[in-house]
Amino acid sequence: MDNQSCVKIINEWDIVSARQLGRNVAKELGFGTVDQARITTAISELARNIFLYAGQGQICIEKLYENGKTGLRLLSIDSGPGIKDLRQVMEDGYSTSGGLGAGLPGVKRLMDDFQIDSSPGEGTDIRAIKWLR
Amino acid sequence: MRIPILKLHDCLLVSIQWELDDQTALQFQEDLLKKIHDTSANGVVIDLTSIDFIDSFIAKVLGDVIEMSHLMGAKVVITGIQPAVAITLTELGIGLNNVLTALDLEKGLEKLQQELGE
Repeated sequence: MDNQSCVKIINEWDIVSARQLGRNVAKELGFGTVDQARITTAISELARNIFLYAGQGQICIEKLYENGKTGLRLLSIDSGPGIKDLRQVMEDGYSTSGGLGAGLPGVKRLMDDFQIDSSPGEGTDIRAIKWLR
Repeated sequence: MRIPILKLHDCLLVSIQWELDDQTALQFQEDLLKKIHDTSANGVVIDLTSIDFIDSFIAKVLGDVIEMSHLMGAKVVITGIQPAVAITLTELGIGLNNVLTALDLEKGLEKLQQELGE
C-alpha cells in the first residue's frame, strides 16, 4: 500500500531506521518541529518496547486522510509474549526492565489517539494517531 | 562513531551532534567517566543543541551518566535543550529533576564555574 511503510524491528539499529522513517513522513505531511519530535519519540518508545519485550515485530507508519483531516498513524505489531495487565503498563513509572517506565503512558500523551490490544501469548498491537493541526 | 570529549582547563566539553543510537549512548557513558578519571576534571558541560528528540532510553542514559559523574566528584551541566525536546520530555513524564541546565554553552560554562565556586 502506497500510504503505508513498515520497518521490521529485529535489532537496535532498526529502532533508528523506524524513527527516521517516521520523521520523514511527518515532515512530508507538514508537521511542525514539535510534532515531529513527538512522533519520533513515540516511535522510538514503541520500537524499543518491541526490541526489549517481544524480540521482533514491526513498526508501520501510515498517512491518514479522513474527513478533510490529515494525520499520521503509528502501528506497532509484534507476536511476543503479550501484556498480562494492560492497566499496569499504562501507569507512569511501571517498568520490568529497569527503564524509566515512561514508555506507553508517555506515547499516549504524545499522540492524539491511542489504542492497545494485547493477549498473553499472542502479542501486542498498538495504534496511535497524530492529527495535523 | 564515538562522541568526542574535549578538555578545557579543568572542565570537559561534549557536544552531541547527531542522533544517538543505543550503543553510542552507552559507549559515551563509559568514555565520559574514563575521561573524568584520566583528566581529574571537576566539571562537565554536555551540549544538546543539535539533538531534536530525546526518548526515555536516552534520558535514562543521560540521567545515569550525570549521577555517575557526581559519584566521581564532577558536576554536569546540560545545555541547549531545544523547545521541541523540552516539550516532548515533559509530556513523556521525564523531568530530569536535580539536573543543572543552561540555555547555551556559554551560560552553561558560567553556571559550572559558579557551582564550582570560582
